[in-house]
Parts: sequence; structure tokens; C-alpha cells
Amino acid sequence: MTDRRILPALIATGLASAGPAAAQGVDETINQIFADYTGWYVSLIFADLPGTNFSWIALWLVIAALVFTVYFAAIQARGFAHSIRLVKGDYSDPDDAGEVSHFQALATALSGTVGLGNIAGVAVAVGIGGPGATFWMVVAGLLGMATKFTECTLGVKYRNEYPDGTVSGGPMYYMTKGFGERGLPGGRVLAVIFCIFTILGALGGGNMFQANQAHAQLSGVLGGYPGWITGVILAIITFAVIAGGLKSIARVTEKVVPFMGIFYVLVSLAILVRNYDEILWAFGQIFEGAFTGLGVAGGFTGALIQGFRRAAFSNEAGIGSAAIAHSAVRTKEPVTEGYVALLEPFIDTVVICTMTALVIVITGVLQLDPETGLYAWNAEAGRIATEGGVQGVELTSLAYAQAFSWFPPLLAISVVLFAFSTMLSWSYYGMKAVTYLFGEGKVQELTFKSVFCLFIIVGSAASLGPVIDFSDAMLFSMAVVNVIALYLLMPIVKGELHSYERRLKDGEIRKYA
Amino acid sequence: MARETFLVAQDSDQDGRRVLDYAIDRARRDGARLVIMHVLEWSPYSFLTPEELEERHVRRREEMERAQAALIDPAVAHARAAGVEAEGELKYGSVIRRLAEAARAHEAALVFVGRSGSDSIGARIFGSVPLGLAQLCTVPLVLVP
Repeated sequence: MTDRRILPALIATGLASAGPAAAQGVDETINQIFADYTGWYVSLIFADLPGTNFSWIALWLVIAALVFTVYFAAIQARGFAHSIRLVKGDYSDPDDAGEVSHFQALATALSGTVGLGNIAGVAVAVGIGGPGATFWMVVAGLLGMATKFTECTLGVKYRNEYPDGTVSGGPMYYMTKGFGERGLPGGRVLAVIFCIFTILGALGGGNMFQANQAHAQLSGVLGGYPGWITGVILAIITFAVIAGGLKSIARVTEKVVPFMGIFYVLVSLAILVRNYDEILWAFGQIFEGAFTGLGVAGGFTGALIQGFRRAAFSNEAGIGSAAIAHSAVRTKEPVTEGYVALLEPFIDTVVICTMTALVIVITGVLQLDPETGLYAWNAEAGRIATEGGVQGVELTSLAYAQAFSWFPPLLAISVVLFAFSTMLSWSYYGMKAVTYLFGEGKVQELTFKSVFCLFIIVGSAASLGPVIDFSDAMLFSMAVVNVIALYLLMPIVKGELHSYERRLKDGEIRKYA
Repeated sequence: MARETFLVAQDSDQDGRRVLDYAIDRARRDGARLVIMHVLEWSPYSFLTPEELEERHVRRREEMERAQAALIDPAVAHARAAGVEAEGELKYGSVIRRLAEAARAHEAALVFVGRSGSDSIGARIFGSVPLGLAQLCTVPLVLVP
């Protein structure tokens, strides 16, 4: 079956009339098409460096994060306390009250990133790379803080402010304006490429992966049913919100999600406290696994790659999406938004992802081989053996259910809401890319929004493998372009940072609280 | 001796006009000037969607223009028509904190505020503007029923 036949098939197959067998057929077909059409690009993005089994893209991001960490003299460590003070509003002028605060920009950006990466992504990483993947995930998260600092400072500095007072910012704007300022060629070309990847990333990681995992959760709780049903329902609600102006749903989601995040961390802590005698063992597994792999195929590099991949997918450092979200804040100092943004990978990866990983390791849902004491490898699936062969968000659910049997339904609700809020954020990022490319206008907006909703159905119906690979490939493509721009523009950030630090020291920038 | 300043908390309901009339009456008697203030309740810790972030600056301007036109300007005009020197002030933030700050900043002799007019459970648990001011305000408070 080709592409052209899927949509009519979806439309023709009504909710009530569809037999399970027919629907299963649609799922498989979508999956097959997905693998066929996107497989080559995924292989290109995740190609190994010649003679190694280390993918060049993971190295690309880690080197970038390292470069920014060194270039800004470990800003994530020395600026951490200042970041917290900025978020608390200590440096906010009370006369600017009513504008977007640092806290609000951070919270909105976080609700776009905290979500499935933290719940499902970590399970995938630990399932394939072993507990050691957690260690590399945390390392990547800590380094990624410097990347976020760089991109969000630039996002605010080069945003567009329109006469009506609205703002638009993001990598495409710093690419065009920043390159122009430094007399560098190619800014516009880079911006166009970035926007194309952003649109595809919005449809992939920001949409299909979310829809897919939301369905996996729902069918796990409600009993197996075809993915496209979840897809159609989610697509209708999303369309009502993003195209129909049903803002109340967006607002409710935006308010509920942070509380879900806090609740998730509290439940994780409760599980860790209950199993306090095993925490040291779990950390041991994580450290040992980080350097040996503990019998996981791919060993050390397997853990490393999985950790880095999942961290980047979860906290989006270097991808450029956060620069779009953060650029609306009202500040005279772009660098303050960089400070605030560096907390994002910390909260997302170092805190929340680590919680998930610890719970998965501690609850013992990854099966150990009793003879060797190493993890039992399910060679057929290419990951560590688990009870019932579950993976992704179902593995996380299983782990939490070991401690609290009432948790899976709550997790299902959280996952659906996290997925939904991430989808809303990404529909916004995608929209920004569309308007950058094609200008503001009702036609292009509605076209993008409709396509976005159709991809929700595709994402729900496809199985995990091809979708997760495509999602990653698109997000990392954004990172390829964005990081090039960050390298070229980092001296500007340095100038901003030095000037800010000097004025902070002189007392020119003063505290209000 | 410099003229005294009275701070008047102005709200959109009917209480607002009663408070204002009472304050005008007292100001005329004492030869005081009025600072008529309205605070738009705002928390920097609320959660907004990406679209709301983008539009926030515009919305803020619209909200301020609306409050200025609907509340402050008529109230100032009303006071001046009654022969009292008056100026308006519009702020964002926590109503109680902002009023208390303004009372200090203007070295107000008195602060006039209406009853919250609410006996909702929320107001009882979290307190109301007059109750909050009673605890926070550093100058004498006139509660106009």
C-alpha cells in the first residue's frame, strides 16, 4: 500500500466499523512506509564514525557542549546560583511586573521538554544501553547546560520585536541577524535549512513520538486497541486547540503539567526511599555500567551512545527549540535568559531523567542472568530482557508498578498530558518556522496545523522503532545546523556575558529583592 | 506644612466609588491630595502557553489602557471635579503588597480601602485585601464599609 492509499483508508474505516484485523493492517502499513521512506535518512544521521561504533551525531553534540562549557568557563557551575536568583525575580524591576517573567519563560520551555523523553526515552536508553546509560545521560545533561545558555542568550538578543509588541525569536533569527552583524555569509541559507528541519522535527519528535507513546500507555491501561483510534481523538482535540482557538484546554494543560512533573518526582523519591538499601547498589550499577556495559551488547559505547542520545532528545540542548520558547521574556539583558535557560537541562535531565533511571534499575525490571550476574540480553529485540518484553514507557510503568500498583493509570494520564503539552509547544515551534519561511498568513498557518494533526494519527498508528528513529533524526538535524550557528556566534555571547558580569560586579545591575 | 497624601485603593465594583467619595470628602476637609491607585493582580509565577508568552507585552499594554480608561481616568476626573488635587497610579502585582509599597513610597497619611465584599471560602482562607493590608500596611488604614 502506498502513502496515497492510507488517508482514504483511515477516513473510510470508521471507528465503529473497523475490525481489529483491518486496523492492525493499517498500523503495519504505516509502519512499513515509515521505515521505507525515512530509513535512509535515519541511517545517515546516525552513521558511525569510520572504524568505530560511535555515531558522529552524538559526538557532534557532546563536543559542542564541551566547547561551550570551556569557552564560557563552566558557566553552568559558576552561574547556577545566579540563575536561581534570576528565576526568583531578585533582579526583576517591579515596574516591569505584568510582563513575561523569567520563571514563566522557564516553565513554558520546560513544559515543552519535560515529558516523554524523561519517562519513555530514559526507559529506552536504559533498556538498550543498560544502567550505565544513566551516567552518560547526566554527563550530557550537565554539559548541555552550557549549550542552552548560549542558544537562549542569542535567541533573546536577536529576536524580532514587531510594532504591535509581539515577539518572534529563535535560531532562524540569530542566524540571519547575527551572521549579518558579524559579516558572515550564509545566515539566511542556514536559517531556511533550520526551519525545514524544525518543521520536520515538530512533526517527528514533537508529535509522532509523543502520540505514539501516549497510545502505548493508553492501550496498556485500557487493553490493546488500534493506534489510529488514539490518533484520531488526539488529532481532533489538538486541532480544536491550535486551529480552533480552544485556548482553555491549552491553559489547563499548561497548568496541570508542572504539577504532574512535581508529582512524578515525589513518587520517584518515595520509591527510592522505600528501597533505600538498594540505592548504593543502583549507583554502583550505573557507574560500573557506564564504563563496562555490564554485559550489554555494545558495552561502554552502547551505554554512552544511548545516554547521550536520550539526553539530547529529552532536554533539547543544542537543538534550538528552547531559543524559540525563551525569546518572549521581557529583559534588557539577553544573557539573563541564558542563565535561566541553563537550569532546563538540569531539571529535565539531571533531576527527572535520573529519577526514572534509578527507579527502573532499583525495581529490578531489567532481568539479570542468574549465572553471570550480568544483564540478560534479548538478542532478538536488541535490548535487555524484561518481563513480557516491554520497552519504552511500558517499562517505566512496569517499574513504578512494582512499588505502587496504583501508579500505571496515573502515569498513563501524565504521559498523555505530557505528550499533549509537548505537542502544543512543538506545534508552536513548527508554526514559527513556517511563518519564517512563508510569512504570516491564515492559509499557511492552517495548512501546517492540519498536516500537524494528520501526523498525530500516523504517529499513533506506527510502532515504536521507525517512529523513534525518525524523531531523533529530525531533532538531530536541527542540532547540526544550530550548533554551526552557535560556534560562529559564540563570541557575541561572550561579549554580552563579560559586560553583564562586569556591571553586576560594579553594582550597575542591582537587586530589587 | 506640606499637604498630606491619601492613598485610595480603587476597584471596579461599586465599593470603589463609595471609597473614592469618602476619601474625597475627607481630603477636602483635611486639605489633602489623593493618589488613586488600581492594581492589576499578577503573579510572575503563573504558567502561560507559548502563544501567551508571545502576546504578553501586547496584552499588558491593552490591560493597562483599559484600566486607565475605565477606572483611573474617571476616578481622577471625579476627584478633581470635586475640587481635590488627585493623580492616578496603575500597577501590576500582588494587590496587597503593591498598595502597602505605594503607601510607603508616597508617605501617605491614610490609606482608604473598601471592604472586599466577599465572604467566599477563598477569601476566608487566603485573606482579603483589607485583611492583608491590615497586617502589612505601615500607615493608618481606613476601611470604608
